[in-house]
Amino acid sequence: MTALLEVRGISKSYPGGVQANADVSFTVEPGEIHALLGENGAGKSTLVKIIYGLVHPDAGEMRLAGAPYHPQGPVDARRAGVTMVFQHFSLFEALTVAENISLGMEKPLRTSELASRIRKVSEDYGLALDPFRLVGDLSVGERQRVEIVRCLLQDPRLLIMDEPTSVLTPGEVAPLFATLRRLAAEGCAILYISHKLDEIRALCDRATVLRAGRVVASCTPRAETARSLAEMMIGERLVEPPDHRFEPGESRLSVRNLDLPADHPHGTTLSNITFDLRAGEVLGIAGIAGNGQEELFAVLSGERRTAPDTILIGRRPAGRLGPNARRRLGLLAAPEERLGHAAAPDLTLAENAFLAGRVRRGLDRHGFLRFGRIEAFARDIIRAFDVRTPGTDAKARALSGGNLQKFIIGREMLQEPSVLVVNQPTWGVDARAAAAIRRALRELAGRGAAVLVISQDLDELVEISDTLAVLAGGRLSPQRPAQALGAEEIGRMMGGGFASDRREPADAAS
Amino acid sequence: MMELGINPVALFAGLVVAATPLLFAAIGELVVEKSGVLNLGVEGMMIMGAVTGFAVGVSTGDPGWGFVAAAGAGAALALVFGILTQFLLSNQVATGLALTLFGLGLAALIGQPYTGIRSPQMPSVFIPWLSDLPVLGRMFFRYDPVVYFGLFLALAVWFFLGRTRAGLILRAVGENHDAAHSLGYGVVRIRLAAIAFGGACAGVGGAYLSLARVPQWTEGMTAGAGWIALAIVVFSAWRPGRVVLGAWLFGGVTILQLNLQASGVAVPAYYLSMLPYLVTILVLVIISADRRRASLNAPASLGRPFHATG
Repeated sequence: MTALLEVRGISKSYPGGVQANADVSFTVEPGEIHALLGENGAGKSTLVKIIYGLVHPDAGEMRLAGAPYHPQGPVDARRAGVTMVFQHFSLFEALTVAENISLGMEKPLRTSELASRIRKVSEDYGLALDPFRLVGDLSVGERQRVEIVRCLLQDPRLLIMDEPTSVLTPGEVAPLFATLRRLAAEGCAILYISHKLDEIRALCDRATVLRAGRVVASCTPRAETARSLAEMMIGERLVEPPDHRFEPGESRLSVRNLDLPADHPHGTTLSNITFDLRAGEVLGIAGIAGNGQEELFAVLSGERRTAPDTILIGRRPAGRLGPNARRRLGLLAAPEERLGHAAAPDLTLAENAFLAGRVRRGLDRHGFLRFGRIEAFARDIIRAFDVRTPGTDAKARALSGGNLQKFIIGREMLQEPSVLVVNQPTWGVDARAAAAIRRALRELAGRGAAVLVISQDLDELVEISDTLAVLAGGRLSPQRPAQALGAEEIGRMMGGGFASDRREPADAAS
Repeated sequence: MMELGINPVALFAGLVVAATPLLFAAIGELVVEKSGVLNLGVEGMMIMGAVTGFAVGVSTGDPGWGFVAAAGAGAALALVFGILTQFLLSNQVATGLALTLFGLGLAALIGQPYTGIRSPQMPSVFIPWLSDLPVLGRMFFRYDPVVYFGLFLALAVWFFLGRTRAGLILRAVGENHDAAHSLGYGVVRIRLAAIAFGGACAGVGGAYLSLARVPQWTEGMTAGAGWIALAIVVFSAWRPGRVVLGAWLFGGVTILQLNLQASGVAVPAYYLSMLPYLVTILVLVIISADRRRASLNAPASLGRPFHATG
C-alpha cells in the first residue's frame, strides 16, 4: 500500500539565517493518527504550513497518494483533500458560523443547503453547532468545532491539527478525541501537532519528533513514557522541579465582591469576584480563554478602575488607583500580550525597562531620564534572567517570544513586588524558558511576595500553585488547595460546575 | 416656515441634490473601510473628480463623459494610495492625509484655465405622467440621472455586502486579514479593488458638485465634503442605509441654512454655515451611541497593515 503523504528531504530557511526545516522526511499512512512532536521553534508549524501550501519549501518533494504534490496555496491543498485546523483559529468573529464555513469551502453552497449540511455533519460527529450564531459569541471549544466542521464538509483525506487542545477544557478534549478516532477509522489520516505528551500517547499511532528543524526520532508513542518523549524532544535529561512548602502570611491583595461590566461586545462581565492572596502564596487562576481573564487582569493591574473598596492592596483601598499608583503600593503586573501590551515593540529593552520600572526604581528625576540607572536596571534583568540579546539597545520586537517573556517577568520581579499578577506567563514560550519562569515565580513567593498566575495551562498551574481557583463565565470559584484537586474536578469547575458548590451549605441548612 | 419663505417641496428637492456628492463619496469609502482599509484621502479624490469631470465635460460638451473621466481620475488617485499602502506598506493615515493635500493642490493647478466657465447642462429625467404630478413629481421624479444612480448604488452596495459571496469575502478580509489569507484569499488584490471603487465613487461625487450642483469650477469647492463623508461612514456604523440618511441630513441642513441666510435671519452667516457639519455629526453620534453594537459592525482589521508572513 502506498503512503497517503510522503515528505522527502524538505528544507526551508527564512531570511536572517533561521533554518526552520532541514532535510525533513516522514510518511503518513491512510487512516493513521500521526503526531508531530517538538518544542516551540522546532519547525513543526513551518512544516505543516508547507504541507498546506502556505509556505513554499526551498528543497525537497512531497507525494500525496503516490502522485507528486506541490501546492501553490491553500486552495490547491484543499482541492487535493488536505485541510487544516489552525491553533490560532482562522475565523471571523463578526460573521456567522455558516458564513465562516462557506468562506473556507471550494464550492460554496446556498445558505439553506449549507445550514442543513452543517447540522447533519455536526450531529453525525457529535459537534453541536448552530449555523446562524455569530462566531464572536461562541466559546473557544465551539469555535474549534466550526473549524473542524469546515474541514469535514470537504471530505478531507488528510486533516492537519495544530495544537488543538491548547485551548480546550479537559472535558472538551475527550469528545474531540472521539471525533478524531472516528475520522481515522473512516480512512482519513490526521497529522496531529502537539507538545502535550500524555495526549499524544493516548491518541496517536505514530510520532515523528522534530528538534531544531530536523527529524531526530520516530516512535510509537504508546510504547514510550511521557518522560522519554520529552527527552527526545529537548535532547537532554529532564531535571525534576523542587518541592515547595506553603506557609501563607498576611493578606497582600484582597478582592471583595468585585463586579465589572464587559467593555466590548465579545468581552465578559465579571461578577462577584472575591479572593484573598497572602504573602508567600501562589494563587493559580485556571479557566478557558475568554471567561474573564482579560478583564480580571485589567482590573487588578489598574488599567480598568472600579469602586475603591473592592480591591485592597495590603490594607489600602486601591480600586480607583491607576497602574502607577498601584506600582507604588507594590502591585506589579505582566500582561499576556508581550508585544504591544507588556512591551512597546519598537522601543529598546532599556526603554521598556524604564517604562515599567520608573516609579519603583527611581529611573527619572525632575522629568529627565537617568540613563545610568536605566542601563544598569536593564542589564541586571538581562543577567539575572538569562535573556539572550545583543544588548540593552535591542528593540523588544527583535527578541524571540521566550526571551522577551523572560525579560518582562524579570523586569517586574527585580522591582521586588509585594504582589505580582501575571497572565499566561509561559504562553508560546519554549520548555526551557518556561521552566525558568516557573522557577522564578516560585522563588519570588518563597521570598514572601504574593503571586497571582492566570493561565490556561493546567499542568503549569498544578505545578506552581499553592491554591487554585477557576474563572468561568466571569465568576470565580472558591480558592482550593492545588494539591487536593484532580484534573477531572478542575475540568468540571471550568464548565461552571462550582456555582452549585456554593449553594450547597445554604440548601443543607434550609 | 412660510414667513421665512421656505417651500418644503423645494427644500426636499434641494436636499436630495445637495446630498448626492456626499452619498457617492461615503458609499465608496464604506466599501473601502469594509475591506479593512482607512483611506483619509476622500477629499482629495473628490476634488480631483470635480476638476477632471468639469474639464472633460466642458471640452466634450457632454457631462456624461465628464462623470466617466471623474471616476477614472478618482480611481487613479486612489490606486496611488493603494500601491503605497498595500505594496509598500506605508502608513494609511499619513498616506491618506497626503493624498488629500496632493489632490487639492493638483486640482487647483489643473483647474486654472477653467475658472469662471459654466459647465454644459445636465438634462433631468422626465417621466411622462409621473414627473407631472403636482407635489410628488417635483419631489421624486424630476432629478438628473446621477441622483438616481447614487441611490441605486447605495442599494447595490447593500445587496453586494450582505447577500453575495464576493461581498462576504470582502467583509472577511476587513474582519481578519490573516485568517482570510490563510484560507487562500488574495487580501491585497481584494483591497486594491475596493480602494479603486472607493476612488471612483469619490470622483463621481466631486464631479457632481462641479457639473450639476454648483455648476462651475472653483478652487477648493469640495469644502470639507470628503471629511463629512468619512464621518458619515463611521457614525452610520458601516450601514449603507444609514449612509443615505446621513448624507440627506447633511444636504437638508445645508439647504435649510442657505434658505435661512437668504431670508435674512438675524443670526450671523458664519454660525449658519457651521450648522450642517454640527447637526450631521451630532445626530449620527446619538444614533451610534450604543458603542457595543456599533463596534460589532466595525471592520476589525480597519487601518491595520497586512503583510503576508511565511
